[in-house]
Amino acid sequence: MPNKILIIFAHPLFEKSVANKALANHIPDSENITFHDLYEMYPEFDINVKKEQELLNLHDIVIWHHPMYWYSCPPLLKQWIDMVLEYGWAYGKLGLALQDKILFQVITTGGNQENYCEEGRDQHTIAQLLQPFKQTAKVCRMHYLPPFVVQGTHRMDEKMFERKGIEYRNLLQYLENTTVNVKQTQGFNYLNDWIKTLENNGK
Amino acid sequence: MENNFFLQAIVYLAAAVICVPIAKKIGLSSILGYLFSGIIIGPFVLGFIGSEGQDLMHFAEFGVVMMLFLIGLELDPYKFWKMRRFILGMGSLQVVITSLVIFICCSIIFDWNWQTALTISLALALSSTAIVLQTLKEKGLSQTSVGRSSFAVLLFQDIAVIPILAIIPLLVSGSNVIPDDDIHHSLISNLDGWLQTLIVIGTIVSIYFLGKYMIVPLLHIVAKTRLQELFTASALLLVLSVSYLIQLVGLSPALGAFMAGVVLANSEFRHELEGDIAPFKGLLLGLFFIGVGASINFKLIIDNPAFILIFGFILTMIKFFVFLGIGKLYKKRIDQNFLFAIGLSQAGEFGFVIMSFSMQLNIIPNMLANQIMAIIAISMISTPFLLLINERLIDPFFGIKEKNTNTYDEINENNDVIIAGFGNFGSTIARLLKSNRIPATILDMDSDRVDSLRKMGFKVYYGDATRLELLKAAGCENAKLFIAAIDNPTANLIVIELLQKHFPHLKILARARNRNDAFELVDMGLDSIYRENLYSAVHLGVDALVFMGHRRYSATRQGQHFIKHDEEAIFRLAKKRHDKKAFMISALEEIEMQEQLFKTDLFNQIVPEDHAWESDNLKKDNLQ
Repeated sequence: MPNKILIIFAHPLFEKSVANKALANHIPDSENITFHDLYEMYPEFDINVKKEQELLNLHDIVIWHHPMYWYSCPPLLKQWIDMVLEYGWAYGKLGLALQDKILFQVITTGGNQENYCEEGRDQHTIAQLLQPFKQTAKVCRMHYLPPFVVQGTHRMDEKMFERKGIEYRNLLQYLENTTVNVKQTQGFNYLNDWIKTLENNGK
Repeated sequence: MENNFFLQAIVYLAAAVICVPIAKKIGLSSILGYLFSGIIIGPFVLGFIGSEGQDLMHFAEFGVVMMLFLIGLELDPYKFWKMRRFILGMGSLQVVITSLVIFICCSIIFDWNWQTALTISLALALSSTAIVLQTLKEKGLSQTSVGRSSFAVLLFQDIAVIPILAIIPLLVSGSNVIPDDDIHHSLISNLDGWLQTLIVIGTIVSIYFLGKYMIVPLLHIVAKTRLQELFTASALLLVLSVSYLIQLVGLSPALGAFMAGVVLANSEFRHELEGDIAPFKGLLLGLFFIGVGASINFKLIIDNPAFILIFGFILTMIKFFVFLGIGKLYKKRIDQNFLFAIGLSQAGEFGFVIMSFSMQLNIIPNMLANQIMAIIAISMISTPFLLLINERLIDPFFGIKEKNTNTYDEINENNDVIIAGFGNFGSTIARLLKSNRIPATILDMDSDRVDSLRKMGFKVYYGDATRLELLKAAGCENAKLFIAAIDNPTANLIVIELLQKHFPHLKILARARNRNDAFELVDMGLDSIYRENLYSAVHLGVDALVFMGHRRYSATRQGQHFIKHDEEAIFRLAKKRHDKKAFMISALEEIEMQEQLFKTDLFNQIVPEDHAWESDNLKKDNLQ
């Protein structure tokens, strides 16, 4: 049985983001994959909690797809997290709705990957910066995977964006059709590396 | 005849206009001013008026009629229920104990028969609604515990008059009545006592049903004509005809008016009626007090001063101590209790009514009844003085006074929010407030709409909000927020002008139909102005942007910025408008204004001034 994937997409200025357009354009056209554009749905931040929860119920894998702003997510995604992940539904004694679902993030950063380490300009790794999200997933009893990242977008050219887009598509297609080995992914810093390894193994 | 009327009117008004300000100036209540002007122009000082006492009694009654109508209007069942403990407890205790004490005293001291003694003691047990309520209002004590208790007692007395007047005819049967020639006959005074009582009760019941099923529908028809003066006329007609009807069966017209008021207390016309009758009441009540002053029969007092003065003194003392005892029972603080007991220590206008009524029935000899009336008048005059003595000499001993700002007020049903205009605009606001449990008093001019909305559970009152009396009746004095949402922009402006003048504490949120209305409102100094079409037009524009391919969030932000920009432009242009001499908004100038707006739009590039989430600059940095 295929996995159902929900992409929660949050970008306040999507029309000007080349990187995210490239990624979004490569999302496979599948009945198992839902692209959910938060800023288009809720421009006034009036999130329909019930509807969002029903959407989550229908999917096995949840992706928070967003650019990295000030080492965090855009405000509407935070609003979504605050409102939708209710006590008694997402967490707490009786909050089992998200149990054993898979969650990971798709992140774009302007700066290069090298900057995100202790010696780099940003002084922290992406994994460290994403700790709050990881912990959120844990409280909701979800399996949190390492992120899929597209970094250094400020200096990327068309070809590179295209390559990243294809990478994203391959990842989504693999997740759709294969049972994910959560343990295995956790050996990698980024899902990018995991999917490359899988592809190389497959060859 | 004509001349005579003018002369009389001039005498009354001049006396009032001269005496009342003087009384106020020396710190006395306006009631004293009226009373003295009555005495001065009365038959025993200047003799301008009142050679015929009958006339004065008519004057006297009419102010009270109006006042009781208004009191009746105030008395909706819910309020009544909240105050039941005070009304029934304090009220009945007072009436029973006071009349019992007076009855015993009279029976022992004088050799009156028991009917006479009973009638007199009942008449004297009642206090003066007119004097007490007016005094409380003037001193700003209406909402304190003294005010509430006094109101409760007076209310019980007002009601107690009904059974008292019904019982008195029963006293006639079998008593040793000396027939008198100059008595007045009511339609039914020839009938047996029990039959009279029955007819009286029947009339009261019929007033209730008439009011409910005939008067309210009739008022609807009148309201539909939208003629203000016609409504005032019907209000007066209503009060007069009910009073007349009740007079026909031999009761006081004041009672009839009171009952009419109660019947209409729950109708949507309440505030409008209040606003219409209030000015008449004020004027007539003044006449009433003048009448009381003028009707004091100094000749009787001079003939037998000891009897009247001593009786009056003892009466006041009895009432004072009974009230003091009751106040003690209800755990009033001592300074409060003094105020309460002194305030109610006089006999009242109902005493006049009962006296003249029993004179007609020959229960009391004419001479005695007139003496009693003189006693009542004297006790009424003494109250303002006693209060003054209390205020200046006694009160300072008791230390702290109750502050007027009493937050809990069980009879104050005024809402914090008042909405004028219940069209599409106002009703939306009211619904939003209601769903957030904020009650609002609503005023509307459309009587049909008012009716149907009341059925839906909104508290809507019919009335023209551009009238000051209605605004007062709706509780603008105590409200915090006024929402001016009337469809007609001119009416809206008038209301706001009135509010700013008379209730400067009120925060006003104003609906404006368009930019020109908004300019007017800016000129008036308002800062919360809501153009009815701005927000929906921008909303639609945002959707148009989305349809044309804009991201919804960016379009929404554009809309938000546009509204801000446009609102700022209103304030800017409103000032600019006055630079031109004699600025008339003609069609041409309106277009000019639009052009100006468009220019500033382009110039300002109404786009977000922030660069959040844009990476262009970062990219440049990175490349360097």
